[in-house]
Amino acid sequence: MSAPMSTSPLREGMRGFLSRRNPFGRGKRESLDDLADRTIVSESERRRRGTRFGMSVTHVFLFVTLVIAGLGPILWLAKSAVTPTQDTIQQPFALWPNGIDWANLSTAWNDIHIDQYFWNTIVIALGAWFTQLFIATTAGYALSVLRPRYAPVLNALVLATLFIPGIVLLVPLYLTIVNPPFLGDVSLLNNYLAVWLPMGANAFNILLVKRFFDNLPREIFEAAKTDGAGPFRLFWAIVLPMSKPILGVVSVFAIIAAWKDYLWPMLVLPNPAVQPLSVRLPAVQSQTELDVFLAALAIATLIPIGMFLVFQSVFLRSAGLGGAVKG
Amino acid sequence: MTATLPERPAPAAVPPPAAPPARRKTSRSPLTWYRGGGLANLLFVLPMVFVFVFFSWSPIVQSVVMSLQKTNMIVSEWVGIDNYVAVLTDPELGRAVINTIYFALLALLFGFPLPLLMAVLMSEVRRGKGLYSALAYLPVVIPPVVAVLLWKFFYSADPNGVFNTVLAWVGIPPQPWIQSTVQAMPSLVLEATWAAAGGSIIIYLAALLSVPPELYDAAEVDGASIWRKVWHVTLPQLRGILFIMLILQVIATAQVFLEPFLFTGGGPAGATKTILLYIYDKAFRNSLGGDYGEATAVSVLLAVVLAILSWLYFKLTNRWSTQ
Repeated sequence: MSAPMSTSPLREGMRGFLSRRNPFGRGKRESLDDLADRTIVSESERRRRGTRFGMSVTHVFLFVTLVIAGLGPILWLAKSAVTPTQDTIQQPFALWPNGIDWANLSTAWNDIHIDQYFWNTIVIALGAWFTQLFIATTAGYALSVLRPRYAPVLNALVLATLFIPGIVLLVPLYLTIVNPPFLGDVSLLNNYLAVWLPMGANAFNILLVKRFFDNLPREIFEAAKTDGAGPFRLFWAIVLPMSKPILGVVSVFAIIAAWKDYLWPMLVLPNPAVQPLSVRLPAVQSQTELDVFLAALAIATLIPIGMFLVFQSVFLRSAGLGGAVKG
Repeated sequence: MTATLPERPAPAAVPPPAAPPARRKTSRSPLTWYRGGGLANLLFVLPMVFVFVFFSWSPIVQSVVMSLQKTNMIVSEWVGIDNYVAVLTDPELGRAVINTIYFALLALLFGFPLPLLMAVLMSEVRRGKGLYSALAYLPVVIPPVVAVLLWKFFYSADPNGVFNTVLAWVGIPPQPWIQSTVQAMPSLVLEATWAAAGGSIIIYLAALLSVPPELYDAAEVDGASIWRKVWHVTLPQLRGILFIMLILQVIATAQVFLEPFLFTGGGPAGATKTILLYIYDKAFRNSLGGDYGEATAVSVLLAVVLAILSWLYFKLTNRWSTQ
């Protein structure tokens, strides 16, 4: 009980991952380089010649492997997006033997309507982001801070859905969208609500937010209540501003999940005019010339890669959370 | 006799002091309910209840109901366990289950040791850890559909195909990749592993940070070499997270859909048809309305297996993170 260090390696690991910074006081940047106190190889071992050689080999191995596997396909895609079809097919690794074909990008953007699908994807992602954030924060606030008497029941019902894999919902959820209850003959097919709303029913997000709210200091809430803040003001002016880290994590999860989703939007958005990139790309492949198609793939990758480069730390933190704290 | 009389009222008199506070709560008037924040509570709970009722709880119940019915959108009739009998005696489902297990085993073989090795090496280097993490995570960021379509081109069986060109550099003849019944599944798993490894590496990196440094100090006092420290300290300390990752990976691979659907459509000759593809074919391949009963029967069976695994996973993470 009093020795959390030894019994909760995951928690400690995440906490360290999130907050430990600059233990040696060198430099100001907060990066992974500064985190570890010590690892498997000790200081004295590092000074040995054999180990130093081993470390150099490790560096070379890591660098080469990760550049080839991580960056390689993206660079290849970027190159091929502006290469004529015949060059890509005959010499996939040659650097523009017959010149650069910038027109691929504009052809993809305009002629196969990537612009429209790109816009659809953004609308779907933003809607999914708003829905998930809205539901997760309001639910987390109700279950963690307000705690009405029925909260434990709701909490258990939400938690239970974590054990039900999404696949079991596929068919009944589809039929719910085709013929929603209480709406008469209205169908939600081809309506973005059909993508947004089911994504809001995400127990993992609620759990993540609730756990974060659970750890916020209660004294601040009490003080705010004493100062006359009602539940809405407490939510908007105190709890949400204090929860930016977890809101960032949920946002990344939500946007990336929406951008990645394939099967569900394919089922509920049968009209090509409203489909996102992920659904349209496989569909247009057969009628599109290879160079233009690769340009389209490159365009579809831009936003996720850009987001990753800008919000790298949030992404990597979310990745750690996804495995370690879930459940 | 007289001694028992005064005692009798006493037990009856004890409960009332405890009961009223509890009872007063349940019989509050609407006004006190409102003043106590009942309305605000309800407003905050409502969005969650709304989406969960319509898009989670009721579909779960419907799923079980539909698996016991024959339905054609208009009328449904109860058929008991007929759907279950039909799918369980369908040799195609058996094939799909075997394919899925094969996919899961290959995914463990490819995707389990490599990220761990990379994470251990990355945690040892002093400089460039941030760069390495970012590089390792890049494939995870690429939208899966883009990744599959790109790899589909890489897997071209043509001698000038991307991977065949690389093989030619080291003197290996061109391979048919996803066009061969033998190589198709390993090819899919290779792509899936590449796409997911970055996430595992980041999780292992975080777990490695949590190994108490004193353990390494202690091992060194006992004269342990680097390899012995890895074997006797690092790996035993990671066994919790390793087991969690194992369960997570099994749960994920049991539901694999995108790779077989987009790479091969389940082919060649059914070699990559997985359980999810089977469900999809049953429910949605026929545009006039699918066999929803049999499709949900398979979903329910799969869900039961996965729910047991999730429950195990939940028990483990809860024990390891809250004790």
